[in-house]
Amino acid sequence: MEPFTTHAGSVGALDRANVDTDQIIPKQFLKRIERTGFGQFLFFDWRFLPDGSPDPAFELNRPEAAGATILVARRNFGCGSSREHAPWALADYGFRAVIAPTFADIFFNNCFQNGMVPVRLSEEDVAELFRRAASRAAAGNPYRLEVDLTACTVRDDDGFLKSFEVDPFRRRCLLEGLDDIGLTLAHVDAIAAWEAAHELPALAE
Amino acid sequence: MAAPRTLLDKIWDDHVVCDPSGELPLIYIDRHLVHEVTSPQAFEGLRLVGRRVRRPESTFATPDHNVPTSDRRLPIADPVSKQQIDTLRANCREFGVRLFDLDDADQGIVHIIGPELGITQPGMTIVCGDSHTATHGALGALAFGIGTSEVEHVLATQTLRQAKPKSFELRVEGRLPPGVTAKDLVLSLIGRLSTEGGTGSVFEYTGECIRALGMAERMTVCNMSIEAGARAGMIAPDATTFDYLRGRDFAPRDFDRAVAKWERLPSDAGAPYDRVEIFSAGDVVPQVTWGTNPAQVIGITSCIPDARSCVDSSERASLERALAYMGLVGGTAIADIPVDRVFIGSCTNGRIEDLRAAASVLRGYHVAPTVRAMVVPGSGRVKRQAEAEGLDRVFQAAGFDWREAGCSMCLGMNPDTLAPGERCASTSNRNFEGRQGKGGRTHLVSPAMAAAAAIRGHFVDIRSWEYR
Repeated sequence: MEPFTTHAGSVGALDRANVDTDQIIPKQFLKRIERTGFGQFLFFDWRFLPDGSPDPAFELNRPEAAGATILVARRNFGCGSSREHAPWALADYGFRAVIAPTFADIFFNNCFQNGMVPVRLSEEDVAELFRRAASRAAAGNPYRLEVDLTACTVRDDDGFLKSFEVDPFRRRCLLEGLDDIGLTLAHVDAIAAWEAAHELPALAE
Repeated sequence: MAAPRTLLDKIWDDHVVCDPSGELPLIYIDRHLVHEVTSPQAFEGLRLVGRRVRRPESTFATPDHNVPTSDRRLPIADPVSKQQIDTLRANCREFGVRLFDLDDADQGIVHIIGPELGITQPGMTIVCGDSHTATHGALGALAFGIGTSEVEHVLATQTLRQAKPKSFELRVEGRLPPGVTAKDLVLSLIGRLSTEGGTGSVFEYTGECIRALGMAERMTVCNMSIEAGARAGMIAPDATTFDYLRGRDFAPRDFDRAVAKWERLPSDAGAPYDRVEIFSAGDVVPQVTWGTNPAQVIGITSCIPDARSCVDSSERASLERALAYMGLVGGTAIADIPVDRVFIGSCTNGRIEDLRAAASVLRGYHVAPTVRAMVVPGSGRVKRQAEAEGLDRVFQAAGFDWREAGCSMCLGMNPDTLAPGERCASTSNRNFEGRQGKGGRTHLVSPAMAAAAAIRGHFVDIRSWEYR
């Protein structure tokens, strides 16, 4: 996994709550058997008009969101389906971090498996990010943030500086780009001991 | 004396493999269910580094999301769907995983066949790369959805890294009134809890109402826990659970001994939950969702909310967006809304009890001329049972399509989809934008409410239905 230490980039401001994984990557794109190539389908039904051209009204199609690598959204981001295709699509599109007041549990876990940081900030702080992004956009500029996982902070160049919390183990895995399965297999003796001590469910016929 | 523990505590404590300092606890997984959509990348990950499946005999697979529900003897028309199903078949063969394939009499939606075959049992930890894994909690298991990387982790290690979730008791007192179903109950709970009320928690449904529910109804309730944000929902096992499991294919051979063990699982008196909410079943009326998430739900006698009554601007914006997508005007009576399509099926409501409930509404009636309706049994077994009871003839006489088992129009990965603008009364679990087809408009309801909507061409209060 690609390590994540600190990342600076411009913001894609998606001012919506309860963005579900069906929107992040609609079901017609779940049939691929690879992990890659999903970015082109990200937010497909919102991003594209019926004729296939980009919808200029969609937040990520606006000029200031071009090349965005940090997504900011409202509450309960990533709710619904467990599809890891959602973080795959976000990462493949170029996002390295998602900032929201709250995340759905499965999506939140899935991010860490893909070198992407889900950052929880307070509702007020996220509202402030939207305000700042909107005022930069009004001036025709992108809004840039830095997400620092070593210090667990989010900052801009104009005095916004907030810290966030992240599980220490998940943080270490991201910082060092560790392979979860490899780490677990270091405990293979404990797994075998558990199996030996328990009556395992009846074997398949 | 040991401190009183909840059902969640007991299953959790029993499955902690180790809790190394500086890491997250490793939890042993008893059952791993696999389907074609969220597994190919996981098997490929194993292959790339030469890992094997640690316990193939604890792993069960079936294709369900992509499968056509038309004639099974025909080849799958969509080459990409076919490739995904072929890939599952090849992976199961290569890694020694038991597959209930398309031509297997026991194929079906993974969350229907798990309990049906007795693969799901009380006290187990069960995972699947699918958020509706919560369904299996109805049998007193800790069951939740995971992502594909975690699927790979479980395949390779038979464990999962997890922080212990919080326990959240949803106590439902009293009894559901006549005509009100488990689907209405869970929809109304979601409406009150919001789509994220359960985030970070495992629901335990308790109380007189829950105890009185049959297994199919319990599964409907637990199934939709995720729609309120809880990864898992569970119900303590009792005589209803044991009676359901006895004699099923994969049930323990020494069943009485297993029951003796399972009887120790229910939460101890006085066991502390992190949060408790108490609801009254007697207040619940038949529910219909009007918006684009399952918490946007109202009773059949109510009107669609008016965005102008919203104080919070962000809330108003999302309400307006939902109304615009759904093509609805605030203040409209939900019963006045016409439907174009009706879908009965899914892991929420695709069991034999659901089909019986719908068929009893349909007997002696015909689907409105403006409505196209289909019923998709949750599994091959459900289909055969329904046919043995003559339900297929009731559905077909009423003008319903009678299909093969699969997820079908719950998420429209197969050819069963809504056209843009089409409005559907659906017994499934999600009314997200585009869920049943781009531009499609989904209203979630119970099987009986869906059947009645098919007949009348609009939503009706099932409590006043004239059964023939």
